Amino acid sequence: MIEIKDLHKSYKMGSNSLHVLKGINFTAEEGELVAIMGSSGSGKSTLLNILGMLDEADSGEYTLDGVPIKNLSETKAAQYRNKFLGFVFQSFNLINYKSALENVALPLYYQKVPRKERQEKALQYLERVGLKEWATHLPSELSGGQKQRVAIARAMAAEPKVLLADEPTGALDSTTSYEVMDLIQKINDEGNTILVVTHEEDIAHMCKRIVHLRDGVIVEDKKVKQVRASEYVQ
Amino acid sequence: MRLLFDRNTWQEIFGSIRKNKIRTIITIIGVLWGIFVYIAMSGAAKGMDNGFEKSFETVAMNSLFAWAQSTSKPYSGYKTGRQLQLKLGDATVLQNRIPELQYIAPRNVKGTFGSAPASITRGSKSGNYPVYGDFPVFTKIATKKIYDGGRFVNDDDIEQARKVCIIGERTQKEMFEEDEDPIGGYIRIDGIYFQVVGVHKFVQNAPFDSDSDIYIPFTTYRRLYNSGENVGWFSMAAFDDADVIQVEEDVKSVLKNIHRVDPTDERAFGTFNLGEVFSKIMGFSKGLTFISLIVGIATILAGIIGIGAILLISVKERTKELGVRRALGATPGEVRTLIILECLFLTLIAGIMGIILGALTLSIVNNATQGIDFPYTNPTVPIPLVMGAFALMLILGILIGLIPAQRAVSIRPIDALREE
Repeated sequence: MIEIKDLHKSYKMGSNSLHVLKGINFTAEEGELVAIMGSSGSGKSTLLNILGMLDEADSGEYTLDGVPIKNLSETKAAQYRNKFLGFVFQSFNLINYKSALENVALPLYYQKVPRKERQEKALQYLERVGLKEWATHLPSELSGGQKQRVAIARAMAAEPKVLLADEPTGALDSTTSYEVMDLIQKINDEGNTILVVTHEEDIAHMCKRIVHLRDGVIVEDKKVKQVRASEYVQ
Repeated sequence: MRLLFDRNTWQEIFGSIRKNKIRTIITIIGVLWGIFVYIAMSGAAKGMDNGFEKSFETVAMNSLFAWAQSTSKPYSGYKTGRQLQLKLGDATVLQNRIPELQYIAPRNVKGTFGSAPASITRGSKSGNYPVYGDFPVFTKIATKKIYDGGRFVNDDDIEQARKVCIIGERTQKEMFEEDEDPIGGYIRIDGIYFQVVGVHKFVQNAPFDSDSDIYIPFTTYRRLYNSGENVGWFSMAAFDDADVIQVEEDVKSVLKNIHRVDPTDERAFGTFNLGEVFSKIMGFSKGLTFISLIVGIATILAGIIGIGAILLISVKERTKELGVRRALGATPGEVRTLIILECLFLTLIAGIMGIILGALTLSIVNNATQGIDFPYTNPTVPIPLVMGAFALMLILGILIGLIPAQRAVSIRPIDALREE
């Protein structure tokens, strides 16, 4: 599904440049649930941004579902993001003046799905994250966990190939974190490929595979026995 | 183009506008004020224009007057300071020598210009009113509105020197009972019985006009006051396409020639030219229209620039939202269109509201000034001007929208989404 070969990325900070990714090689099969771990500054977010086509690597190859991702125009990148990727952010990034339903329907709008179908589908996904009754509520009327579930529903609504989650539990308490992870695991159970960036050990162990990054290189890549989040959820 | 007619696009725009209420209201007020000022000012200018035109409609625009004064230069054996007197025959000479003259009406008056007014009596009622000796042609130069059932002096009156008169509204009020029909009634002018054949509605054509003026046939006047061939002044009208200033000069030089006055004597004859006055006033109101156009457009411009500035700030505020949209698959083109259409939509809504408000104000002012002696009639803004303002707003709305739109597009989604 995802294939990365010898990826390099550096940022220019004034006169000196900061080498963030120093040759990353990584593959993820369909249906995998991978945790990318590392301390801050290890390059994990940069990697995720490149995977999410929000940023571009200086060198190296990146293939997503057989499509080489290289030298994309902004428009092309936007279309690929819409088609291939679902994003979940640490700070949810819901549009605050749109209701939960409208937020979920937004990627479908950019897919040019007709309005009626869009709303039906959005409602369906809200139901899957257990927030059907909250469809008309604004993000400000939802709790943190609910917001993240809406964000996950939004990421899933476009039926992406890969779900990219950047610290999805970073702004949540542990109980809510587990609820969110439970949801992510369930989505993964259905065969979706998911990448989770996190620095929390317990969250990482709820994935099937952990990739450790340090100073821009992968230092460890291991399969783990998945801890089911449902064990912690009543 | 497809985006323009897509219901979804508009839903996005309405959503964004509805949810940013304060921003929307502030921006709308900016342009609304601009277009309101534009409509109200140019409408008022047009109203003034119409008002002036209406004030002058009772008199020929190209009319002029000539009267005799005294010479200021000796000439051809005559000494300086000779009092000049216009004669009835002058009219024929003027008419013959100046082809641009369309009408010429010799007039005489008793009661203005220092002479004592005639004493009018009817039974026990009496009063003093000015009496004019007139030809029928006078009505071609200055419209005299005669009330129903009446008439002005006609050719037979002149020929037979009939003792008929046209009285003013005030004279009617003071000489006749309220329910009495003055037409056919008799009044005595300086002791002589005259039959009333008409009542004229008072219209101020000249500064000395009043609502008590009595008009009698020129020939009757001549007999009554023994004025012989003497004429008080000439009222004249030039043809529409004639240069009134030139005609005025011609009239003066012809009169000087007839009365043997030094051609360089500037004081011998007085003339007054309504066309010149009229064109000055019209020039004033044209200037007013022009200024209101400039001010209005400038205000609209300021309003639209305000919209641009506020949208620019709003784009900065919405950096994150726009970043999210980009991450979810909005292309730069879609983001740009969203911002431009928002700008355009705000501009147009504000514009339409401004036009309606401006038109409302104009009609209120119009109603308020109705019946007041103020040159203000039918204040309208010509459709092409409104359309022009609208087109201007449309174009400027798009152009100004381009600035925040470009700003929105230049934000990289990764920067927008980066945690603070």
